[in-house]
Amino acid sequence: MGNKGRKTIIVCQGTGCVSSGATPTYKALEEGIRKAGLTDIQMKLTGCHGFCQRGPIVIIEPDGVFYSGVQEKNCEEIVESHLKNGQPVEGLFYKDPATGQPIATYGEIPFYANQERIVLARCGHINPEVIEDSIDSGIYRAAPRVFWEMPPAAVIEEIKKAGLRGRGGAGFPTGVKWGFCANVEADQKYIICNADEGDPGAFMDRSILEATPHQVLEGMIIAGYAIGATKGYIYARAEYPLAIKRLGIAIEQAREKGFLGRRVFGSEFDFDITIFQGAGAFVCGEETALIGSIEGGRGMPRTRPPFPAVKGLWGRPTVINNVKTLATVPEIINRGAEWFAGIGTEKSPGTAVFALTGKVANCGLIEVPMGTPLRKIIFDIGGGIVDGGRFKAVQTGGPSGGCLPEEFLDTPVDFENLAKAGSIMGSGGMVVMDESTCMVDLARYFLDFTQKESCGKCVPCRMGTKHMLEILEDICEGRGEPDDLSKLMELADAIKEGSLCGLGQTAPNPVITTMKYFRHEYEAHVHEKRCPALKCKAMLQYHVNQDACKLCGTCKKNCPADAIRGDKKKKIPFEIDVDKCIRCGMCHTVCPVGAVVKTSPGIVNDHEEAAEAAN
Amino acid sequence: MEYVYCIIDGKKIESDKDRTILEVAQENGIQIPTLCHSDVLAPTGACRLCLVEVTGARTLMPSCATRIGDLPGERIVQTHSDKVRQARRIVLELLWSAHPNDCTLCEKSGACDLQKYSYEYNVDIEKYRSRDPYDFAPDYNNPYYVRDYNKCILCGRCIRACAELQGNYVLDFARRGFSTMVSTPMGAELMDANCVFCGNCVALCPTGALVEKERLGRGREWEFQKTHTTCPYCGCGCTFELCTKDNEIIKVDSSDARKNIVNRTALCVKGRFGLGFVNSADRLNHPLVRRVPKGEATGTLQDYERAPWNEVLDLVANRLLEIKAACGPDAIGGFSSARATNEENYLFQKMMRAAVGTNNVDHCARLCHASTVAGLAKAFGSGAMTNSIDEIIDSDCILVTGSNTTETHPIVSLEIKKAVSRGARLIVIEPRNIELCDIAEINLHQRPGTDVAWLNGMMHVIIEEGLEDREFMEERCENFDAVREAVKGYTPERVERITGIPADDLRRAARIYATAERATILYAMGITQHTSGTDNVLSVANLAMLCGQIGRRSTGVNPLRGQNNVQGACDMGALPNVYPGYQRVDDFSVQAKFEQAWGVKLDNKIGMTVTRMMEVAQGGTLKALYIMGENPMVTDPDISHVEKALRNLDFLVVQDIFPTETALLADVILPGVSFAEKTGTFTNTERRVQMVRQAIEPLGERRQDFQIICEVSRRLGYKMSYSDQAAVMKEIAKLTPSYGGISHKRLETEGGLQWPCTDSRHPGTAFLHSGGFVRGRGLFSPCEYRDPAELPDEAFPITLTTGRVLEHYHSGSMTRRSAPLNEHVPTAWVEISPDLAKNLGVKEGERVAVTSRRGRIETVARVTNKVNGDVIFIPFHFAEAAANRLTNPALDPVAQIPEYKVCAVRIDRV
Repeated sequence: MGNKGRKTIIVCQGTGCVSSGATPTYKALEEGIRKAGLTDIQMKLTGCHGFCQRGPIVIIEPDGVFYSGVQEKNCEEIVESHLKNGQPVEGLFYKDPATGQPIATYGEIPFYANQERIVLARCGHINPEVIEDSIDSGIYRAAPRVFWEMPPAAVIEEIKKAGLRGRGGAGFPTGVKWGFCANVEADQKYIICNADEGDPGAFMDRSILEATPHQVLEGMIIAGYAIGATKGYIYARAEYPLAIKRLGIAIEQAREKGFLGRRVFGSEFDFDITIFQGAGAFVCGEETALIGSIEGGRGMPRTRPPFPAVKGLWGRPTVINNVKTLATVPEIINRGAEWFAGIGTEKSPGTAVFALTGKVANCGLIEVPMGTPLRKIIFDIGGGIVDGGRFKAVQTGGPSGGCLPEEFLDTPVDFENLAKAGSIMGSGGMVVMDESTCMVDLARYFLDFTQKESCGKCVPCRMGTKHMLEILEDICEGRGEPDDLSKLMELADAIKEGSLCGLGQTAPNPVITTMKYFRHEYEAHVHEKRCPALKCKAMLQYHVNQDACKLCGTCKKNCPADAIRGDKKKKIPFEIDVDKCIRCGMCHTVCPVGAVVKTSPGIVNDHEEAAEAAN
Repeated sequence: MEYVYCIIDGKKIESDKDRTILEVAQENGIQIPTLCHSDVLAPTGACRLCLVEVTGARTLMPSCATRIGDLPGERIVQTHSDKVRQARRIVLELLWSAHPNDCTLCEKSGACDLQKYSYEYNVDIEKYRSRDPYDFAPDYNNPYYVRDYNKCILCGRCIRACAELQGNYVLDFARRGFSTMVSTPMGAELMDANCVFCGNCVALCPTGALVEKERLGRGREWEFQKTHTTCPYCGCGCTFELCTKDNEIIKVDSSDARKNIVNRTALCVKGRFGLGFVNSADRLNHPLVRRVPKGEATGTLQDYERAPWNEVLDLVANRLLEIKAACGPDAIGGFSSARATNEENYLFQKMMRAAVGTNNVDHCARLCHASTVAGLAKAFGSGAMTNSIDEIIDSDCILVTGSNTTETHPIVSLEIKKAVSRGARLIVIEPRNIELCDIAEINLHQRPGTDVAWLNGMMHVIIEEGLEDREFMEERCENFDAVREAVKGYTPERVERITGIPADDLRRAARIYATAERATILYAMGITQHTSGTDNVLSVANLAMLCGQIGRRSTGVNPLRGQNNVQGACDMGALPNVYPGYQRVDDFSVQAKFEQAWGVKLDNKIGMTVTRMMEVAQGGTLKALYIMGENPMVTDPDISHVEKALRNLDFLVVQDIFPTETALLADVILPGVSFAEKTGTFTNTERRVQMVRQAIEPLGERRQDFQIICEVSRRLGYKMSYSDQAAVMKEIAKLTPSYGGISHKRLETEGGLQWPCTDSRHPGTAFLHSGGFVRGRGLFSPCEYRDPAELPDEAFPITLTTGRVLEHYHSGSMTRRSAPLNEHVPTAWVEISPDLAKNLGVKEGERVAVTSRRGRIETVARVTNKVNGDVIFIPFHFAEAAANRLTNPALDPVAQIPEYKVCAVRIDRV
């Protein structure tokens, strides 16, 4: 990766860094070097490093110096100080959130040091738009080997032996799926790369496509060869313009090199790939809906069986694999099934990629061996909870995942353990929550998402999630009835059992797990009309702590509802009229001395009193 | 098929592994509730009501979409476990969360599946009531049906009906989640959304979301009397149930596909929404006799007065007897009816032959497929469609020519669309850009009337490239050499000059047809209604024989017959040259057979055709005409001439259900009954004989047509007496070999039977000429191209072609009296290509006069790409702008069919 001794400036050009200003940064550095007349320094754009929270990211090799948050204005200093005078700019170093200590190099940053990168290994290190860079990094070594040395059945056997499981979330053994498809006789078969990454907060597929598109293409070529598909589709969201652009470039370059098209790598095998842009429906990540979408219909799931491996696109046998699954394939061929099986756990070999986010210090894409405990991910890599908060729960698997409380922190993360706990691996979303998160409100949020993204085809999902959402809204707004909780569970079961596709079957998960692990919060909402996390507005009350109040009047001035009485000059204490208060929290926010207190006092035994009154 | 065992509700069942749980359960008497499922649609598994518990499965499984072979383990299924019942109950309760609770007022109450299952599962309909229930404004903005999406349960049957049955793709889901709804593209009005109003969606809707407009407020589902019968419109032969109440047709129900052999659930707009004519106030209720002399006639019903049946029948008989006595039997002619039943047609020709004593009997087949009957009889020995409608789907190549199938034979067109979607290659050879052009691989637009040229050209290419089926021809045909010689001069380049079809396109089409494994040709009036009609048909037959595309399933030469029973009327001998079953009147042994059967002396001289009778009537040699159920004043070419001929008669009897343009010229009008008031049989285009069953009682003094015929015959001195039409069919079967095995009794139990069906155990015949042609060897007949009788010239520079439209039927006597059809398409128009419109300075919607050498009409211009160049099109249904005032009565020399499809006209702005 660059000549030894010669400096390379790597500027991340992934979507995350681009949106935080990496393009002007790149230009400014280029300009600075030119102006400074530094001819032995080369610039290089790469894809995502996964630490988008800290972008734009600039790395100086071979020093390994890692700069974060590099804006256009910082570039001159980097050129002057680091490049010209060999003096790294400490102010741009990553700072440990716990200690505040600056850390100079990539390898030392705990966010990276605690990861084991296989799929993401090249992300941020190669230029995705230059095929030679990919070839130099080892991509396209596996495919020719497969053509010359391995019959399709041997490829499938190798993948089976490696124990690779689908990284799209369900974890179906990839080799078995390929085997099903390979065994069906057909005039045409297809391999589809599912890049319809729809979970809010998940962006690993996008990052891989932006950073190492050739790795995915190679995986598809190998998969196509193994199952006998001569045509591949990449189903990518139209909301991923950069990924689509780089894929387009990559496909063109691969065709020019003879890696795609007729007689791939000089073999007898023809294979080509088309990019299909999805129109942004969450459900199109479901494989049968995805197929329907490519066929030109509205993306709606179909019943299985028959599975796509037997009857898929245009009725032909079709394998659909996730981006990460396909990106893993060449590595398995290169390094062998045993190597792969040796990573992770017995039933879930290999690594897992997560989009770690929420109330953790370090957010971003991470890759760890399967079986890594949650605690290591959240505290060692994620740097713990921000603002000295306390860990409350972690939500895995996207909107259809589950919420796991503290007692699961030492659970090794893999397909089995997550399922056992009531959650899923899903797309690899991982949202960490602290005590300020209301679990009922959280469940409501996810239900709102799945309800809006339900394709509407089957009744349990279309109508059931709607009704669950209405109940959750009622509970959050203080209208919860005691039988709502049993209704919620009844509906959750019915939707799980009765829905047509994975979206519906997993949609109740956030409710089921929060009901299971945080039932007391539901009960507080329903029976006491109280939100313990002080989140649900309808149940909040604000009052002024007279002991702390300095009578400055800022609260009154800022109250949009004119709900605060009191007078600064006349020294009349400030008080909040709860009937007028709209619970916007403005007073709480603006009070300079923290004298406005937020509580959720609840209405104890409201129902019993009412019942008594009725008697 | 591979059989496997499964256990459903504890019962061990052996089943084909490709069948679904639902199918197998139903076959074994286990009822599973369904909402989105329909036997005529592909399973979708959406409603989740048919969920069953399968041992070893992760979740409950939809029985409608799960094949037995795909079940895990021991294949143990429970269809009514507590878990299953609970899941179903919740599905139903959730559906009620937005569904209005208005069963009391809902039209569908009693036939609503949601209502039925809610009762069965004892659901709590208030349990999951949503805070924001649906709030759609019901859509009344089309003449046919109401869409009330508040009642929609999103089962998607309508969407799939539109896509899978109709191939029209007007509907799909829109929006997501709870807001999901059925929508047209961009929510357009149905009238603007390419909807053809087949109403197949209405038929399949399980709730009151889609309801026929005409039924609103006219009765509850449980009050309807249901009568399964055959459609009175085109030759497809669709069947359905007439839902009647208080002697009125309320609606048509085609939802039970098992009962409908041809159409399953599908119908077209006419069959579903066009039966209002039966209860029209215009119906004739009493016999009428002209009271004002012809010279003073107003041309309205005021010229007539009621008279008792006996008097009127006596009058008819006496006048006919007088004329017969004075001028001989051949001074009398009869037009039988392609809309009447087989039995009535049989009796009518029997009356003409046995009671009047003439072979002057014919009907409108003369005007549509006379050339087919003549041509195919000559080539193959039988003049009917060789193959069946349901075989089309398995054809590899479909050549459609001279047929705007989607409009004139809508149900046949559905099979074409399905075949194309399954990969069949469609070739359309048509002067106009018809709807089928959209899905065709090759579209060729010939100049009207140049068909022999392109057919010869195709054969030229096939022979030149050695694609002909030599073995077939050697074994099964004769006289090929003559055709080989005849087509030699028809190089594609020469054909291009004659027809306007690009030479290479013709070559491509020829190769596709010739090399297909199973190719079929479908044609209609565009081939037959020419002065070269018989040659056209012979050329089509030549092409099929040349390539061996006949005598096998999914191949053949398939003339699509235009009227409900035009096939049957021909079969029944309502033709001047043949007795029933195409037995020639000039064959002595046949004559002897019928003389013996009917007990009367018969004439062996071939009678006059419809067209000939019209001609002779003008000259005064034909004195009397008895017209049953035909309206030549709209449908025959050169109407001015027809009117002159009819006025010139000494005596005209019209037996009809409406005071048609023709009836109002008659001396006596006899009120018959419609299809809904009688029991008999129709024979559809694929030779399928099906029952017509009486659904309502005739009102007023209307009489059964067969009884009227019998009464007239008796008074003419020839006794005919039958208890019912079943008795007539017995006699038909005895005298008609191809109908030998057909009886009402069999039709009642077996549904339809396709002739030849020679004895009571014969299953009927799906396709003809299997193994050998009816005539022995298939006869090749060389044909040379001849120009149409009238070509455009300086005075009349434009070519007019005529035809039908989807919403109307023939003279419009029925469709224009059916309110929704008439509301939708109230009047005539002329289709003009944009180029021609520009040259003429005519704008869309402008009134224009179209004039030919024979007449002039005024109508509205439609500027459209449907027509090309200097060819214009006018539908012929509309008396006020009758295309047949313009058309040319020039006849095909063999079949005497007029050249409706080509005449020269001029257009003037008015």
